[in-house]
Amino acid sequence: MNSTDTSTDQQRLIIIGNGMVGHHCVEQLIDRGALAQYRVHVFSEEPLRAYDRVHLSEYFTGRDAESLALSGAELYQTPGVTLHLGVPVLEIDRERREVITAEGSFPYDQLVLASGSYPFVPPIEGAEGDSRLVYRTLADLDTIQAAAKSARRGVVVGGGLLGLEAANALKSLGLEAHVVEFAPRLMPVQLDDHGGLALKAQIEALGVSVHLSRGTQSITPGSEYRYRMNFAGDEFLETDLIVFSAGIRPQDAIAKQCGLELGPRGGVAIDSQCRTSDPAIYAIGECAAWNGGIFGLVAPGYQMARSVATQLCGEDSEPFMGADMSTKLKLLGVDVGSIGDAHGATAGSRSYRFIDEANASYRRLVVSADGKQAIGAVLVGDNSYYDTLLQYVQNGIKLPADPSCLILPQGEGAPALGADALPDTATICSCHNVSKGAICSAIDAGCGDLAGLKACTKAATGCGGCSALLKQVFEHELTARGVVVDKSLCEHFAYTRQELYGIVRVEGIESFEALLAKHGRGHVGCDICKPAVGSILASCWNRSITDPALVPLQDTNDTFMANMQKNGTYSVVPRIPGGEITPDGLLAIGAVAKKYDLYTKITGGQRIDLFGAQLHELPDIWAELIAAGFETGHAYGKSLRTVKSCVGSTWCRYGVQDSVAMALLLEDRYKGLRSPHKIKFAVSGCTRECAEAQSKDVGVIATENGWNLYVAGNGGMRPRHAELFATDLDDATLIRYIDRFLMFYVRTADRLQRTSVWRESLEGGLDYLKEVIIDDSLNLAAELEAQMQLVIDRYECEWANALKDPEKLKRFRTFVNQQGGDPDIQFVEERGQRRPISAAELQLIPAEEVV
Amino acid sequence: MGQSSATATVEQTRVQWRALCSRADLVANSGVVAWVDGAQVALFYLPGEASGKQLYAVDNRDPKSGANVIGRGIVGSLGGDLVIAAPLYKQHYRLEDGTCLEYPEQQLRTWPVRLQDDTVEIGLA
Repeated sequence: MNSTDTSTDQQRLIIIGNGMVGHHCVEQLIDRGALAQYRVHVFSEEPLRAYDRVHLSEYFTGRDAESLALSGAELYQTPGVTLHLGVPVLEIDRERREVITAEGSFPYDQLVLASGSYPFVPPIEGAEGDSRLVYRTLADLDTIQAAAKSARRGVVVGGGLLGLEAANALKSLGLEAHVVEFAPRLMPVQLDDHGGLALKAQIEALGVSVHLSRGTQSITPGSEYRYRMNFAGDEFLETDLIVFSAGIRPQDAIAKQCGLELGPRGGVAIDSQCRTSDPAIYAIGECAAWNGGIFGLVAPGYQMARSVATQLCGEDSEPFMGADMSTKLKLLGVDVGSIGDAHGATAGSRSYRFIDEANASYRRLVVSADGKQAIGAVLVGDNSYYDTLLQYVQNGIKLPADPSCLILPQGEGAPALGADALPDTATICSCHNVSKGAICSAIDAGCGDLAGLKACTKAATGCGGCSALLKQVFEHELTARGVVVDKSLCEHFAYTRQELYGIVRVEGIESFEALLAKHGRGHVGCDICKPAVGSILASCWNRSITDPALVPLQDTNDTFMANMQKNGTYSVVPRIPGGEITPDGLLAIGAVAKKYDLYTKITGGQRIDLFGAQLHELPDIWAELIAAGFETGHAYGKSLRTVKSCVGSTWCRYGVQDSVAMALLLEDRYKGLRSPHKIKFAVSGCTRECAEAQSKDVGVIATENGWNLYVAGNGGMRPRHAELFATDLDDATLIRYIDRFLMFYVRTADRLQRTSVWRESLEGGLDYLKEVIIDDSLNLAAELEAQMQLVIDRYECEWANALKDPEKLKRFRTFVNQQGGDPDIQFVEERGQRRPISAAELQLIPAEEVV
Repeated sequence: MGQSSATATVEQTRVQWRALCSRADLVANSGVVAWVDGAQVALFYLPGEASGKQLYAVDNRDPKSGANVIGRGIVGSLGGDLVIAAPLYKQHYRLEDGTCLEYPEQQLRTWPVRLQDDTVEIGLA
């Protein structure tokens, strides 16, 4: 069975492998217009489209295959591209220029090998089943997850980058995690001895046990656990599952079989054009060997992919001359950085070292023999030095007279190398090889904002490690071009939101009119400043938004305290704190929904949403809900929305704390707090994380010793994973930190800025936030807490407030001059409930003849 | 101003004024909606505009979404024009003549409207 493309004018290009590098090659080919001359077939052994292997462990904290996918399915539906998933290539017939697959033979004119690598598993007697797991594909993760269900302890063999990532995965599955490393230190490739020691101390402090200089001789049945790993000298470690992450080997079998030349230690030998020993065949990524070396990081693989794509389009490509293997990571929350010649292997090189055993922090700077150039660095515990040191090493920037100042602690972190000191050749984003020069060109071409810059250069869209540096360079270059970045809120206020917030607080301003008169222009305002000032006034003074002076400031949903739907009706969301509700509460909501014929649906935030209410019905609906004991859920506001929870220790056999009680406490405390954007919380009763705390603005996860606090996550259009902020907190400390975090956000964020975007915009990032909130570096803590207490003390259910005032209720009329609702609003029934009529359905209704 | 005055006089003789509601039914710096012979009219009351018009009447139907919601938008000033921001998709319409700033092909119908003592009256052709 032979498959042949019918088109004869286009060349046939086959790519074997749809991992990150193979995928990048396809993207590059499409971007460069290669489809004008090629028909591309991509073969993948795996059944899933290319996904992000760098963030694999996030699969265990809520992300699925689709969210890890590197692109939407539409990329591979581009005409001219065909993706064959789950179809391994069995053989390459170079004489006939065909690849042989289970689906038949496919001819090629050009072939690209991007088959990646496979995990090396050392031959150990007894390693099989759950004692021989690997950590490379999503299928591997499913296997590990299944094994973890009945396990208490897991061991990772291999203390390198991937091994530690795998240990993190085991930990997030609720297992007691151990790491066994043959070498005398962790991450032996990237770190030196001192760095390894510091990393070990940090990782053990997080609850992962580390066993070094251990060679596993055999695996036998265990006594306390399923397996026993036997080491030399009668030492052993028992465990329920074993994951091997002891390095990778290039997937080069198919190349060897068809006679391509291999490197001395495996991998398909390539030249600087990424060509193999066959001119029609290229190899890229982890399966390729350039100058005998294998490159296991994303950046060099992407570089090769770009090179090949460029050549296939008939353009001159930059030759691949090896790649910088510098690495910036956060492993189990611990900063690790390795730059250039981290081990000082260069002849005559000398080193500066900073060792902080108290904080398990370590920094090393390696300089050339003449002391004039930085050639390498090691960082453990604090990556704030990374960007600066990377630029010194990569760009040969002249060192200061005393180079040690580059790694010694300063008052406020590493001395930042100014963006102006970077040459145009400086690489800002190594994943996508974006230089400072490319960024300047994009700005000159009209890129005026950071999001646009990321879109057109792809900088900071790989691992995201260069975000802070990108922002610095961007802002510096705008300033250098004489662009005064106007931060005015709008034409009526020449201030940022943060500045206006300060003015309102310091001057005690309580109305929009007063603020506009004293600090603004014009006398009406607009739909930018009115809601922004409305939010500031609410978060400062927390007066009812239905007060006549505040009504005109409210945005679409706030103005009638309900969520406007596309046909002008509203949805009503009573508060269901922590997702907890009694049968009587359910019956009360059901009765209201039935009486007013409201479409009823459960929300993602564990509440019940009632749709289809008209404006004039809202007071009656809320009167009944309030009589039944409910209060407003603020689903309409830029405010706290929900605190999601799981049942925790009250019911769950895995629960270690009462997550419902904590969720109720938090929701009761922060309900109604208005903020620059909506805020969502969650509380999980253990690390299995059933409440999805790590995708929330404030996430709380129970531990044996208290609560772990995560901050600045969100779902939505641009999801962000929350970051671990503090660990093992008691209730009082947890609440104190949350008070400060929220008020600092309320005080300093931009208009409509989520906590995650705000956190990214802070100079100094998460470390700065920790200093402010935990260490009170700005002496703001008492003030922030007092301000939160004021908001809490003034809390009143806005709907209850409105219902007491007949004057306020007058606004809740569809028409001022007649009773009843909008006759244009029509519904149809679907699945037993009423829903808005669609435009298509409306066409089918015969027009009534007007008499 | 004689000519303008004469025009106003002429308009007054053509326009049929009808009482809609009282001043107490209006919401300062915000909108309400009245029912007029099958049309929905959004009324915007700006009592602070001492030097100019205080009351505007525009169609309540949002051309972009088809929903009757204009009366629930935020009143603002953009580049010197008094505008209403549609609550669903935030496009702006000039209160004076109903023109959409973002999509000029969209237009809100407008009506003459006035306050006679405490009665809101709308002008019907």
